[in-house]
Amino acid sequence: MKIKGNVIRYNDNVDTDVIIPARYLNTSNPKELAAHCMEDLDPTFVSRVKKGDIIVAGANFGCGSSREHAPIAIKESGIACVIAKSFARIFYRNAINIGLPIVECDVDAGEGDVLTVDFDAGVIVNETKGTSANFSAFPPFLKTIIESGGLLAAVREGKL
Amino acid sequence: MTADKNKKTLVSSDTSPPRPMTMTQKIIAAHAGKDYVSPGEIVMANVDLVLGNDITSPVAIAEFDKAGAKSVFDRKKVALVMDHFTPNKDIKAAEQCKCVRTFAKKHGVENYFDTGDVGVEHALIPERGLVTSGDLVIGADSHTCTYGALGAFSTGIGSTDMAAAMATGKVWLKVPGALRFKLTGKLGRYVTGKDLILHIIGMIGVDGALYKSMEFTGEGVHTLSVSDRLCIANMAIEAGAKNGIFPVDDKTIEFLKEHGADEPRIYEADPDAEYEKTYEIDLSEVRQTVAFPHLPENTRTFDEIGDIPIDQIVIGSCTNGRLEDLIIAAEVMRGHRVAPGVRAIIIPATQKIYLEAMEMGLLREFIEAGCVVSTPTCGPCLGGHMGILAEGERCVATTNRNFIGRMGHPKSEVYLASPAVAAASAIAGKLAPAI
Repeated sequence: MKIKGNVIRYNDNVDTDVIIPARYLNTSNPKELAAHCMEDLDPTFVSRVKKGDIIVAGANFGCGSSREHAPIAIKESGIACVIAKSFARIFYRNAINIGLPIVECDVDAGEGDVLTVDFDAGVIVNETKGTSANFSAFPPFLKTIIESGGLLAAVREGKL
Repeated sequence: MTADKNKKTLVSSDTSPPRPMTMTQKIIAAHAGKDYVSPGEIVMANVDLVLGNDITSPVAIAEFDKAGAKSVFDRKKVALVMDHFTPNKDIKAAEQCKCVRTFAKKHGVENYFDTGDVGVEHALIPERGLVTSGDLVIGADSHTCTYGALGAFSTGIGSTDMAAAMATGKVWLKVPGALRFKLTGKLGRYVTGKDLILHIIGMIGVDGALYKSMEFTGEGVHTLSVSDRLCIANMAIEAGAKNGIFPVDDKTIEFLKEHGADEPRIYEADPDAEYEKTYEIDLSEVRQTVAFPHLPENTRTFDEIGDIPIDQIVIGSCTNGRLEDLIIAAEVMRGHRVAPGVRAIIIPATQKIYLEAMEMGLLREFIEAGCVVSTPTCGPCLGGHMGILAEGERCVATTNRNFIGRMGHPKSEVYLASPAVAAASAIAGKLAPAI
């Protein structure tokens, strides 16, 4: 799989409370959640995000609560992939379990840069800056979940 | 997982392991039916308890149904706790609880807790004796790591993981490496487990234990009350940890007996277990600590804190809503009144705690001092209800997170502290130490 998109850039420790504030957790409707995605950190996110955009962030992305509503809101917003230096562990597994592509990589990218992510080759190319970075592939177990289309699909198919 | 199978894995791990393991690794190995697991390895493990709340369970139930699951793997080993937006704060919250209530009824889930017998989940589960030493517990709530205080492996997961575990009784886990915290000495007056864990998070950072276990060891552990241990393990997630865990001692056993938990299965770290790093902490040197907005790692002690006027205090939550917390808060407030202009909200974490605090006369003391006492709920901790902040307002809270907008307006501020500090601050009208 290969994707190409514009970067929306954030710093370290983007927590799940800013990704989707708890005051909106009285619903699990993806569209309602996406309407408030990133609201407390970046009120412009919802109006400027375009299908296929890529979030690039620093360390510990998705820290805080276990709310799966966070990756659901990001995915529903049209974000094609989240690249971060590191992910908080519950967010990491939630993203894999619901099929939101994520990449752990310290990539040099600024707001608006155009990135190409090649998941099979494990390479991110920054088309704007002319730089590239490598990332390691998922271990086989996680690859099975991703290729099955999520955890429950893998369970149903008896692959785990 | 059946009890018999559990025993079998325990027996096999009773023989000397081929390689040393931490306490966490031993519990995971036993639940994966293996003699040995190594850090980074991914295993499928049997779970002793799967937990969800009124926010995370509806998403899990939708996934469970979508996957075509017909029944839960064990009606005794699923716990559904309606604690976050309850008593139902609005129509949508009511619908979420209704969805979970219907599911619980349909599948005969025995541990379903609703308004009337509910409590904040991580205070309620140990109180009901639903977790014991050596258990492997997962919960669709990040503070599920609380039960490490009782010598269990417990960790937060998401709704899809919860759905899969409700259906199969299994969870995939990446075996964590570990950090060791060797404790010596004894905490001083009005210095609590909360101050210790804030001190540690300040020292290692909000991702200082990312993906890892925090294993607490040393003679100092035994001086900590079970309530303090529950508070400390509860906030392991705020350092990014997979779990926090304490060795099992007489205090643990006594607590488990008192609450009617199953017989403990005791696992000890091997003496030569590998730790990525060891921190030595003299408990007598820990001071009253406050985490400033907007991260739990922004800790300061009172010599670094100037005049910070406040609008509200909250004493409660899965971190600090236990009886011991209310006792210490009442002691600090005794003979004083809440400062004018400060709203003081006290939330006993469970119905039992509420009743005990009432019988001890604590609730009367709080009310006469100018506080309000709420029914058990997570409520304001996550900005749900029962104490939301306006723009520019400041709150000293015994809760666990002070992220932007956590308790209300994105321009409000939460200062994390112990019940003693929150009580002292309520009286002073500003951030203040308990003396």
